[in-house]
Amino acid sequence: MSSDAEPAEIAVERSDDGSRIVLKGRLDAAGAGAVWDRALSTADKGATVDASGVTYCDSSGAALLYQLEKERGAKIEGMPAEAGELLKPYADATFPKLGGPAEKRESAPVAMGRLAVAMAIDVREQLVFTGQASVALLAGLLNPRRVRWGDMWRTVETAGVNAIVIVGMIGFLTGMIMAFQSTVPLQQFGVDIFVVNLVALAMLRELGGIMTAIVLAGRSGSAFAAEIGTMKVNEEVDALTTMGLDPVRFLVVPKLMAAILVTPLLTIYSNVIGIMGGLMVVRIFGHPWAAIYNQLTGAVDLSDIATGLIKSFFFGALVGGIGCLRGLQTKSGASAVGDSTTRAVVSGIFLIISVDAIFAVVFWAIGF
Amino acid sequence: MAEKESIVEVKDLTVGYDGNVVLKDVTFDVRRGEVFVILGGSGCGKSTLLKHMIGLYPPMSGAVKIEGRDLVSAEGDERQKILTRIGVSYQSGALFGSMTISQNVRLPLEEYTDLPEDALELIAWMKLRLVGLEESAGSLPSALSGGMQKRAAIARAMALDPVVVFLDEPSAGLDPVTSAELDALILRLNEDAGTTFVIVTHELPSIYAIADRVIMLDQKKQGIIAEGAPEELRDHSEEPFVRQFFHREAEAKA
Repeated sequence: MSSDAEPAEIAVERSDDGSRIVLKGRLDAAGAGAVWDRALSTADKGATVDASGVTYCDSSGAALLYQLEKERGAKIEGMPAEAGELLKPYADATFPKLGGPAEKRESAPVAMGRLAVAMAIDVREQLVFTGQASVALLAGLLNPRRVRWGDMWRTVETAGVNAIVIVGMIGFLTGMIMAFQSTVPLQQFGVDIFVVNLVALAMLRELGGIMTAIVLAGRSGSAFAAEIGTMKVNEEVDALTTMGLDPVRFLVVPKLMAAILVTPLLTIYSNVIGIMGGLMVVRIFGHPWAAIYNQLTGAVDLSDIATGLIKSFFFGALVGGIGCLRGLQTKSGASAVGDSTTRAVVSGIFLIISVDAIFAVVFWAIGF
Repeated sequence: MAEKESIVEVKDLTVGYDGNVVLKDVTFDVRRGEVFVILGGSGCGKSTLLKHMIGLYPPMSGAVKIEGRDLVSAEGDERQKILTRIGVSYQSGALFGSMTISQNVRLPLEEYTDLPEDALELIAWMKLRLVGLEESAGSLPSALSGGMQKRAAIARAMALDPVVVFLDEPSAGLDPVTSAELDALILRLNEDAGTTFVIVTHELPSIYAIADRVIMLDQKKQGIIAEGAPEELRDHSEEPFVRQFFHREAEAKA
């Protein structure tokens, strides 16, 4: 590979009976690369290539001589012995002109159509999966001995217990930030005690559940997708199927149950911590605990707590379900599992926000 | 086989994992132009030895010299230079799944040379034609059969004209016909291009077909128990395990 000794040289002599290209020195990758463009740009039909001064020739040099001879119709004189050996297999072959990279650019309408079809197929797969998972979940509840409880409790631990610190921190900071940002404007009207109402209602009705669900989508939805996706790539899912075991019952149900169980619990926890964070700020701004307590009990009623909790069950099902679905949809290849986890998080967060919007409308319509 | 210069020299190599010695003080050399086969029962450390020979893991002690330069102690540019002189084809092929076959073969050329685009394309095509895959240049590895992937991996291993190509169980998972075709390919590359091969395998038909010299490893002795031409070992070895290894199959074949 090294070109320390006698680097390749090229000399071009022109005469009436065509040009004469003299190649000398080492035609290795470095040497051939150095003379490649010059040699090919000067060579034409009837040109003669004198390679008798070539001291070493590897595939790169052989490729250059092949190109000169076959493509440009040049005559090679003094073909180095090793190049002759290397070129033997190509005596009767022609290098196909590859017209650029194989990828074709699609026109915008075609690409949009393809995208729309892919999205429609994805929606259908989500619906089918929702059905399958619901049936399997129901079957599991009716016949608890068929549920893999060990897997479920393991998932409860990884997705729930291990998330306590991060969910608590995010809840606490969310409450504090909200309180800080709203105290200043409300103080101007002397009603900053209503920050208590704001923080409590926002946490209970919306933010506690949403923040918890988003953390779960990032932590556990992606983990579900990665775990099942890796099993898919390793044909473990196929192994289950051929054993007659339903992958949905086997892999999805324990995770789904765990997610549905831990999300409301974490939401309650996040609510409590978040409200505490907000109330601390109110206290720092000078209101006594008694006033804060009275304000809080007056502001919150059971329906506020219930709306958040009802939604959190759905969020849990969404995060768990979409994580497992993306895992099962994993294709083959090195990047497939990565794609699945990304899709799990993105669809998870999108679905959480969408479902939350639907609930907002529904709760408003029924006056909850 | 006449005495030729050594391409790979393994000297007093002791290898293992987590403090457990697998092979102790192994010494042998691979000569230019030969097909050298590392044999042994399952779990004897064949693949471990190979992975240490190509510098994937550091040995506990000893040296591996490629063209006289020690790979074990080499670092940085020196190490990279030695690595460009060897080619490796892994058991699974280990082709990069996101690249076409031709891009896989081009990768080392792109990284180590300044050849212009049309030169890269031409050399990749030449290498793929050597293994009979020029028609599949634009396919992704997942679109190829196991045997084709192995051949593509050999083409990639040969991209930089290495002096020695290491193959880890090339026929694993292949049917006998494909496996025999692969053997023929290895022989052809060995004869035409003069490439030296170091192959880990335990397929007896392959060994008889391609091996110039074999060494046999043993788990209990943690080292080489036999060295020589396969026919020689089959007929004249003192070691009962060696005779057993060669003979049972040989008798079954007869």
